[in-house]
Amino acid sequence: MIRSDEQPAEQFAAWAQQREAARLGMWLFLASEVMMFGSLIMVAWFYRIEHADGVAEAVAGLHYGLATANTFMLLSSSLLMSLALIASEQMFSQPRPLLRVRRCLLGSAVLGLLFLTCKGIEYTLEYREGLLPGFSADSPLYLPSARLFMNLYFIATALHGVHVLVAVGLVLWLWARLKHLAPHQARTRIEMTTLYWHLVDAIWIVLFATLYLVGR
Amino acid sequence: MSAPSYLHKQGLMSWFLTQDHKRIAVLYMITVTFFFFVGGLAASLIRIELVTPNGDLLTADGYNRAFTLHGVIMVWFFLIPSIPSVFGNFLVPIMIGAKDMAFPRLNLFSWYLLLGGGLFTLLALLLGGVDTGWTFYTPLSTMFSNGHVVAVICGVFIAGFSSIFTGINIIATVHTLRAPGMTWMRLPLFVWSMYATSIILVLATPVLAVTLILVAAEHLFQIGVFDPRLGGDPLLFQHLFWFYSHPAVYIMILPAMGVISELITASGHKRIFGYSFVAASSVAIAVIGFLVWGHHMFVAGQSMYASLAFSLLSFMVSIPSAIKAYNWSATLYKSDLTVTAPFLFALTFIGLFIIGGVTGLFLALLAADLHAHDTYFVVAHFHYIMVGAAVAGYFGALHFWWPKITGRLYPQLWGKITAVMIFCGFNLTFFPQFILGYLGMPRRYHTYDPDFQFLNVLSSAGASILAVAYALPFFYLLGSLRWGERAPMNPWEAAGLEWRIPSPPPTHNFEAPVIVDFEAYDYSPEARRDPL
Amino acid sequence: MKEHLLRLWPEQASDYAVSVDWLVIGFTAMMVLFVVPVFVALWLFIWRYRRGRKADRDHRAQSNLPIELTWIILPFIGSLVVFLFSARLFFIARTPPADAMEIQVTARQWMWKFQHPGGQREINTVHVPARRAVKLTMISEDVIHSLFFPALRIKQDVLPGRYSMLWFQAEHSGTYEAYCAQYCGTDHAAMLARLVVLDPADYERWLQANGTQADLISQGETLYRQFGCGSCHGTASAPPLEGLYNQQVKLADGSQVLADDDYLRESIMLPQQKLVAGYAPIMPTYSNLLDEEAVQRLVAYLRALPAGPAKENP
Repeated sequence: MIRSDEQPAEQFAAWAQQREAARLGMWLFLASEVMMFGSLIMVAWFYRIEHADGVAEAVAGLHYGLATANTFMLLSSSLLMSLALIASEQMFSQPRPLLRVRRCLLGSAVLGLLFLTCKGIEYTLEYREGLLPGFSADSPLYLPSARLFMNLYFIATALHGVHVLVAVGLVLWLWARLKHLAPHQARTRIEMTTLYWHLVDAIWIVLFATLYLVGR
Repeated sequence: MSAPSYLHKQGLMSWFLTQDHKRIAVLYMITVTFFFFVGGLAASLIRIELVTPNGDLLTADGYNRAFTLHGVIMVWFFLIPSIPSVFGNFLVPIMIGAKDMAFPRLNLFSWYLLLGGGLFTLLALLLGGVDTGWTFYTPLSTMFSNGHVVAVICGVFIAGFSSIFTGINIIATVHTLRAPGMTWMRLPLFVWSMYATSIILVLATPVLAVTLILVAAEHLFQIGVFDPRLGGDPLLFQHLFWFYSHPAVYIMILPAMGVISELITASGHKRIFGYSFVAASSVAIAVIGFLVWGHHMFVAGQSMYASLAFSLLSFMVSIPSAIKAYNWSATLYKSDLTVTAPFLFALTFIGLFIIGGVTGLFLALLAADLHAHDTYFVVAHFHYIMVGAAVAGYFGALHFWWPKITGRLYPQLWGKITAVMIFCGFNLTFFPQFILGYLGMPRRYHTYDPDFQFLNVLSSAGASILAVAYALPFFYLLGSLRWGERAPMNPWEAAGLEWRIPSPPPTHNFEAPVIVDFEAYDYSPEARRDPL
Repeated sequence: MKEHLLRLWPEQASDYAVSVDWLVIGFTAMMVLFVVPVFVALWLFIWRYRRGRKADRDHRAQSNLPIELTWIILPFIGSLVVFLFSARLFFIARTPPADAMEIQVTARQWMWKFQHPGGQREINTVHVPARRAVKLTMISEDVIHSLFFPALRIKQDVLPGRYSMLWFQAEHSGTYEAYCAQYCGTDHAAMLARLVVLDPADYERWLQANGTQADLISQGETLYRQFGCGSCHGTASAPPLEGLYNQQVKLADGSQVLADDDYLRESIMLPQQKLVAGYAPIMPTYSNLLDEEAVQRLVAYLRALPAGPAKENP
């Protein structure tokens, strides 16, 4: 538990030690997320190879524009998080860096919410086209493997979307509470959240390539 | 004036909101004991049913639900959390000279996840029941099973996070909180095995999460991923499932192996033979264990060449285990041996583990597996490892560290009786199953050929002895809380940081920061034994 | 089947089974060799070094590289030897001889159905001749099952949507048990079958007694005509089927595939999965009209179709 009187937690001898532990813990958590999404992406790749034609049919109907816009938004939000982190490093030296940090955090969160909105629009469009859920009999897709691929697309992007939502939640909470956090504590939390955000972003890039781009 | 023990503060909330790794360990102990008895109840139903060739106690459906419940509860809610979450949590910080785990709040949260997931799963298994087997093979579980598959999946999914977070906590703790002077090669071997286990916990469990998500989606929405009529592949499920579940069995055995290293050195009052080999073997098992999952699928429709590769790799993974067994035995040479209850549990472990391991190699032999796969031979093999060995490891740990955890001594004689009863009862229960399996009795059979009855009766008789043996500690260990002698700091005259703090320890473990200027398992006459 | 109070070893119905038993015995012997010293040493040390007895004790750090390497390398080499023997047997078990007699197997909850090349159909029993190689081509209609013959020391999972194979050569006549070895639902334990091995003369008699008008191939031809397959496949709107079996087929996406049993079956049940180059995707699926047994008959017919006059063999 990070305490607000700027002492590291009881079991740690110094802040550096606590921060190192937090960093290691976060990297391990990211490793577990990579294993999770990694296996889902392997499933997608397996079906790409097994049923290249069905996948091609499904992929042709996906909304590239929205997805590309989403990619830019997520990348930009990652950039903003990194800027927030850099700004937070200066919290010990410069006066009033808080505003810059908070602005970057808010910007990231807004971009994250925009991402989710675009995704929602994409899902709505696909629902109207009858592509989702892809198990109904009157799907416009002809091949069963195309429908299967649409379902995998849905599960993978929905799971990712949940992670984006969690990330946005964390960032908004930080944005709101930053004033009340002590410098070491704030710096550590921003760093951990930034790491998480970068992971969510990296997973999206791989998903984007796997689901939208390859074999288009 | 010494600090009050960690058990001192009273009140339920002080337990349910604790961040002390020792209290959390006790919470886990109570939880896994509960699930052990539930799973054991299911096992009793199974063994009673199997006394006769016909299905007279349970219907076919009831029997299928019973063995599913037995497998799900025992694997995910007893075996996987048992040693890591109870003894890993209690001992790892103390053994490395730290005051707590790196993430105490996460630790408590992990316990709630296990408890919540477990109760939810239990409810689903009892109210509706699931008849898929703990392995949930598709398309049976996705398209043909009747029952609350999705509910059970949710419970296991939640409990999986308990595993992941425990693993993260242990790795971060061992990396960042070692006391000054506690180098990697001075760590107790229990810590090494917990570290190796945690690697598996963190990296393998997420794959189970995805597998469960896909099964649930298929069951609910027929997405097609495992349905051949929709372009899916039922074998893909098996690859995904076993990619997690094989490393999972190493989660179940590695901690027990770590315990045995401690028990052997403490009983022999001697440093382990080949410390670096034993330490490295834990990591080797964890790594190679990720490469052998296909040995569950030799007859599943996997390519011949893949099967050959997996068979060879399975032989490789046995080597580090063999190293441990040899090293433990060699440690006793020129030792100063006290034959205590924990030592008897260690012997039980070694004996049963060797048989289990060797029969595992038998199954890795392709031609033998074509015959023995999905028979009672496999059932016997994995019970020798998971029950014979792992549970002996858990009980050994319980008997060894009970004085430290509770501050009470229990009657040694009863501990020894339990160990011997477990050894005899276990062999009587499961050795006949090797023969049954080779004869051809398949697993998960509610009724069987009358020719198999004699061996089944032997097995069930052994099970009744085992049941008594497993129940015994419940009485004398709990009884010791009331009537047991107060435990001294170091009742076993063992080396290790945990034996230089009071029994039970104070909340923050060490009065003063620890400096480690000695090797592990230092049993020299000059070794420091004074309180820290 | 004989009744015993206590059986300790399954019957050996084939030479392969005998080889497996020798492998298993050899392996066990080798393991005993590596394991017994551990048990002996343990007991010796416990006896000799227990506290209170006078003995030469040494608490110090010990490790001995030569010993460690010995007990790593020797068992490893031993296991490799056994692995190689086992791999050889495995290879034999998974490679049927080219002249094996083929029997089609369909599994479903909770029964086994067998179709002989002569058209005979059996449920939960299969008659085979002794001393002849028999190959089983198996498929499931629902979940994964597994056909297990303990006396032959073989089993193989039976999958939905894909053929799997098992082969054996039984030496002696007799009746042997067969089980479903992959948990498949409520009556998994009741999904039993009998393997009846008959001496060749008896087998011929059995075939005659149970013969049907048409053998498997003719039954397949009947189905072919009944469902009007020729109305497309005899014209330019569908790929020709003569001599198709075991040829390479060029698909619409540019890839090539071998026209084996699985391909033929999939083309009937899921025609849109692998579209042949140069043809419109107009073939309807027959999965709701034909069960797996019917497909097996059709596939048998298609395999037997001789190549047409102008067919090129690549």
